[in-house]
Amino acid sequence: MEPNFNEVWVYLSASPLTALTVTLVAYLLGDWLYQRSGRMPILNPVLIAVVLITVGLTVTGIDYWTYFEGAQFVHFLLGPATVALALPVAKLLRNMKGGYKALLVSLLCGSVTAAVTAVVIADLLFASHQTVMSLAPKSVTTPIAMGISERIGGLPSLTAVCVIMTGVIGAILGPYVLNAARITSWDARGFAMGVAAHGIGTARAIQINKDAGAFASLAVGLNGLATATLIPIFWAIWQWWGGS
Amino acid sequence: MLFALTQLLVCQLVGEILARLFDLAIPGPVIGMGLLLAILLWRPALSETLESTANGILSHLSLLFVPAGVGVIAHLAILGDEWKAILGSLIGSTVVTVLVTGWILQKMHRSDRDGA
Repeated sequence: MEPNFNEVWVYLSASPLTALTVTLVAYLLGDWLYQRSGRMPILNPVLIAVVLITVGLTVTGIDYWTYFEGAQFVHFLLGPATVALALPVAKLLRNMKGGYKALLVSLLCGSVTAAVTAVVIADLLFASHQTVMSLAPKSVTTPIAMGISERIGGLPSLTAVCVIMTGVIGAILGPYVLNAARITSWDARGFAMGVAAHGIGTARAIQINKDAGAFASLAVGLNGLATATLIPIFWAIWQWWGGS
Repeated sequence: MLFALTQLLVCQLVGEILARLFDLAIPGPVIGMGLLLAILLWRPALSETLESTANGILSHLSLLFVPAGVGVIAHLAILGDEWKAILGSLIGSTVVTVLVTGWILQKMHRSDRDGA
């Protein structure tokens, strides 16, 4: 009997099993390269996995939504993982002795800086209005960012991509920036990574230092709340001001 | 593990219900996180039942972003036209945000400690 490659291919290209397996294999490969290189920031596992899968899909001609059908099982875990961030945060709050004001001030400044600089730079570089709006919530975790983007006239799925890119950029550049600015305390380093680069920055902070990871987790939750409140307010004021 | 996963899902589910019921801008999982945080501060002993499962999920947190990241493929047209603006905005804004947040927190914590 002749093996029927065509039938196997039809099964594989549409089965959730393939997408799920490919996602895990690509990520493990990325993580292996990252660990082998002595954790070189540029070899970020998310970046490697995304590039590998994107190239794979382009070469085979499988479209994104067919892939996502299977990969959504991994994507779904983002929800419970966000809830699980409460654990390091609870531990942190129990051990913290004051210093809340400093956290609140740096959170608000960071949150506003992230949105305003993203919008201003994109606008100066002639991005379209829709793209500018999609970029505004780029520093918060994916589901919040998509919700905000939709509300202010951005493209939620483009926002999701910008959020991931922000996380990867933060994870790669963050540690260098912090070193250059002589920001040495673990609380400040972790918190800065969490505010600027959400879960991906946090994932990196968790690997580097436990305290930094806890402060980064705290920052992701708090910045989600702060940004979800602040951007719609800024947007309403701006609309009222511009009269458009 | 099953008990831990159930706790996480229940918190998320309640969060999703609250978000829809009151049409909140804050997504369900984040409300769920706030809920679990309140429970853990009230009953610290519950942490132990969650510890290993939560650490397991969180140590591979970045894997969970891969499927959404591959979405880049659906936006190659916009990215092709506006890649300079998007990349410039993302890099510039992320670097400045890391600096501003880290610098303020370190500065204020130091002066807290010096003042005390």
